[in-house]
Amino acid sequence: MAAITMRLPVARKAVGPSAPRGGEKHLVAPGDTITTDTGYMRGHGTYVDEEKLIASVAGAVERVNKLVCVKALKTRYNGEVGDIVVGRITEVQQKRWKVETNSRLDSVLLLSSMNLPGGELRRRSAEDELAMRDYLQEADLISAEVQSVFSDGALSLHTRSLKYGKLGQGVLVQVSPSFVKRQKTHFHDLPCGASVILGNNGFIWIYPTPEQKDEEAGGFTTSLEPVPLSDREVISRLRNCIVALITQKLMLFDTSILYCYEASLPHQIKDILKPEVMEEIVLETRQRLLDLEG
Amino acid sequence: MASVVLSEAEKLYIVHGIQEDLRVDGRGCEDYRCAEVETDVVSNTSGSARVKLGHTDILVGVKAEMGTPKLEKPDEGYLEFFVDCSANATPEFEGRGGEELGTEIANTFYRVFSSESSIDLKSLCINPREHCWVLYVDVLLLECGGNLFDAISIAVKAALFNTRIPKVRILEDEEGSKEIELSDDPYDCIRLNVDDVPCIVTLSKIGYRHVVDATLQEEACSLASLLISVTSKGALTSMKKMGKGSLDPESIFEMMETGRRVGKSLHIALQKILDEEESLGTSRQKVGFLG
Repeated sequence: MAAITMRLPVARKAVGPSAPRGGEKHLVAPGDTITTDTGYMRGHGTYVDEEKLIASVAGAVERVNKLVCVKALKTRYNGEVGDIVVGRITEVQQKRWKVETNSRLDSVLLLSSMNLPGGELRRRSAEDELAMRDYLQEADLISAEVQSVFSDGALSLHTRSLKYGKLGQGVLVQVSPSFVKRQKTHFHDLPCGASVILGNNGFIWIYPTPEQKDEEAGGFTTSLEPVPLSDREVISRLRNCIVALITQKLMLFDTSILYCYEASLPHQIKDILKPEVMEEIVLETRQRLLDLEG
Repeated sequence: MASVVLSEAEKLYIVHGIQEDLRVDGRGCEDYRCAEVETDVVSNTSGSARVKLGHTDILVGVKAEMGTPKLEKPDEGYLEFFVDCSANATPEFEGRGGEELGTEIANTFYRVFSSESSIDLKSLCINPREHCWVLYVDVLLLECGGNLFDAISIAVKAALFNTRIPKVRILEDEEGSKEIELSDDPYDCIRLNVDDVPCIVTLSKIGYRHVVDATLQEEACSLASLLISVTSKGALTSMKKMGKGSLDPESIFEMMETGRRVGKSLHIALQKILDEEESLGTSRQKVGFLG
């Protein structure tokens, strides 16, 4: 009954040149000289030393006209205004919550940036301050949008729409922020039967699609009903597919996750994490995505 | 121990899933994560092994040194365990943070190996009352991803299987003083018989059921767990209860039975992989740490 698989480790294969993607990528390591030409403006991940532009992180060089920056593969989340993030409450302070979003500093969610139940608009009173913990406690998960960035780099979040708020039952997957592709919308209701929130900070939240879609409570009521087994299977399969895509270094967006899900259907859910099955599924996904592009 | 914080709704999701025998990563309650085992990774030890169980990464090195036998057991060698929780695993282990966990794990292993039949200590004796082999087993925790004890016990068994102790001869002089001569051939060595070495199976009680090989998230939902050490024949050598919660005597029996069953399968899988690695011989490509 118990399934125990042990294997010998296999050396990582050097990824050969895959389908040409419009030119070679210029990869750098910290300390590598990017260019000695002084005409360029330095962007993120670079610094100037003795008239040379040097990389400070390991990643690929991106050049936009005169701006040179280095985009790292594994990095902390650098927030931009308007990004959707999924965060975990770490502290409840006087008029705000501190939220962990995988960035260098904890983000801040002010009490005034939070919607009141029922969507009423009024000044937050002392009672609201005392009732903060009734709504969001330590370790709770929320989805929010970045309102602004403080001078020290900390983010100020807001949940000013009914689609944001406290998250209920589901599964959280933590990946590096560079894997999440920037898109128009980050809230996806996948046709396979579950919904997913792709946070720009690398926190991916997979949850069962709620039945009533018209009235969105804004996260004030969390359903404590047990999730049915069919939904659980879809969620576990999606979770394993996302882990497979990350291990094979593929970008995460709704189409890639969906293709990976469909490619994984012939296998059992727990087999998806086996190295050979992972390679096969992601290869098929990559193929389908290439067919879609061109 | 390294731990994650989870919201109440997440914990509820995990608990309900386990009631229906479907964990978050699709495993059943008695399934282990995929494990990677490699022996002979550290060159200056008598035997070593590295085990990766999901996100848990353990490195074990065994060094055989000559020492004096213990007074109460003059014709046996002995094992010494030392566990080092590296700060690589989690920032909590920085400085002396990992010492408590390290001593707890080492004491558990002393208990597990306290049974006389686990390892043939008489074969480690060179000269009764004077010289014997002492096996220093050093465990290094590289990454904590839940289920530490199981992974460490698998690595210890693999390292002991890989241990090669040089053959020694005792030469007697005319005056009666004894000299110890080490064999010149570096490949002339004795191997240990690890057939009866026990492996630890940790059963965590979550809700009304128990699971094997809990991840960090599942450990956060479990209030009590039972640690049993099982030999390949299904014999229990020690049992320990961990956690703040309480266990019903009925559930302890159920967990023991599950542990015994799972332990036997674990031994079969481990022995198979060790034999497979052995059969590859010296032509095996070592992956090591830079693979």
